Amino acid sequence: MPIAAIIQVLLALLLAPLLPGVINRVKAFFAGRCGPPLLQPYYDILKLLRKGAVYSRTTSWVFRAGPVLGLAAAMVSLTVLPLGGTPAALAFHGDLLLFAYLLGLMRFVTMTAALDTGSAFEGMGASREAWFAMLAEPALLLGLAAMAVHTGSLSLSGMLDGLALADIRGPGAPLLLLVAVAFTIVLLTENARIPVDDPNTHLELTMIHEVMVLDHGGVDFGFIQYAACLKLWALAALLTGVLLPPPGGWPPANMALGVALILAVAVMVGVIESVMARLKLVRVPQLLVAASVLSALALALVLR
Amino acid sequence: MPTALDILAVLLILANLRLLGSSRLAACIRAVALQAVILGAAALLVNLSDLDVRVVIIAVASTGLKAGALPWLLRRAIRESGAVNEIEPFIGFTASLLVGVGLLGLCFLIGSPLSAHVAAESGLLITVSLFTTATGLLVIVSRRKAVTQVLGYLAMENGIYAFGMAFAIQEPLLVEMGVLLDVFVAVFVMGITIYNISREFDHIDTDRLSALRD
Repeated sequence: MPIAAIIQVLLALLLAPLLPGVINRVKAFFAGRCGPPLLQPYYDILKLLRKGAVYSRTTSWVFRAGPVLGLAAAMVSLTVLPLGGTPAALAFHGDLLLFAYLLGLMRFVTMTAALDTGSAFEGMGASREAWFAMLAEPALLLGLAAMAVHTGSLSLSGMLDGLALADIRGPGAPLLLLVAVAFTIVLLTENARIPVDDPNTHLELTMIHEVMVLDHGGVDFGFIQYAACLKLWALAALLTGVLLPPPGGWPPANMALGVALILAVAVMVGVIESVMARLKLVRVPQLLVAASVLSALALALVLR
Repeated sequence: MPTALDILAVLLILANLRLLGSSRLAACIRAVALQAVILGAAALLVNLSDLDVRVVIIAVASTGLKAGALPWLLRRAIRESGAVNEIEPFIGFTASLLVGVGLLGLCFLIGSPLSAHVAAESGLLITVSLFTTATGLLVIVSRRKAVTQVLGYLAMENGIYAFGMAFAIQEPLLVEMGVLLDVFVAVFVMGITIYNISREFDHIDTDRLSALRD
């Protein structure tokens, strides 16, 4: 296993909490506020890790396993993602399916933990999560399938080799554009950002992700927050690492460029959240179907 | 310029999907106007090697008519009738999108054998022109408001225009101008009809006209 692949996983583990910090600073800039410190997510997670956890008597081991398994799934998903032209640590034939299902596993344990509390409110959140995730999954998988056919590789790292710089200007341009828009919508959905879910609202009737983790506290909640940061990093890495061909240069410079691109995705999410309102809950499925349609269109373009 | 033409074709597909998925009449009008602009640009691109005055005049005239005059007429009709949204279409918006993807797949099936007979760079254009025509038909049969049905008719016309462009059919100037005039008169008459329907019945839902008695 090359040392660069290990470094990029460590970079992801270290820098992931920076992304919500960047998003919050961008939103604060648009609102004319100072905003929280860039490192605020680190402080939050460290504070939570020092606390003890309280468990309701109605919960079982499922509730305790949720945050741990979710964090583990998020960490493993980082090992199949390439960054800045460096192949992933665990690149193998078909790892794109592993990536999609690790995201699925993470969602599943969060939902079962929410259902385990027996709270109707959390059950409602879990139901919405399942409904939206079910619609977002075709967009992700069809987009990955289009990329796989286009590059002739079933591995996320292999897709990088199949892409050339000329592709952006050449015949691959419409395809890459469609998949990029679809993946952006998937990223916003999976990470519970505006226009699908508003991360700032607590105890509102339309929220999705926050409602599922209401009963977690202390270390468990720290794990959940850290896992959410890693998930954001993973999908941003998917967007920038797989769709943009490697620049081909000095490896550390490539790696720095990859990290900069991921931070740029965080800035983009911040801008989207600042200029858009959350969609009505009944309109969200329409957005997700549109994302799937874009991916299907991309697939049709490569198969033609 | 095969890539630019491909991008225009993809944009045309997206405009079609926007037409299918949007409930706001103003957004639908913008989608159809965008189609006309895309087709104007594509007409210039296809004939880039032998650009003559005739091609430019037709492209500019049809774009100006379909992206400027007709949307203006339809916006006026909307304003007069006070309809903002397409309410409860026969096929819902999400379902329309899914049907649209099905139609797109079908058009790829039908379009690929046809594409073999034309120059490679406009291969995608045939599929897209078929899809645009199909979208127009779908909108006509699945919507209640008269304005949306007129938009479906315009989308169909756009599809036919794209089809002719893909095959590089060199119709005489007179025929092309005649078709344009037909469309203009048709939409003009429809605009007046919409206005009159809405003045008589306070709405422009055409399905309720079938229950009229004298």
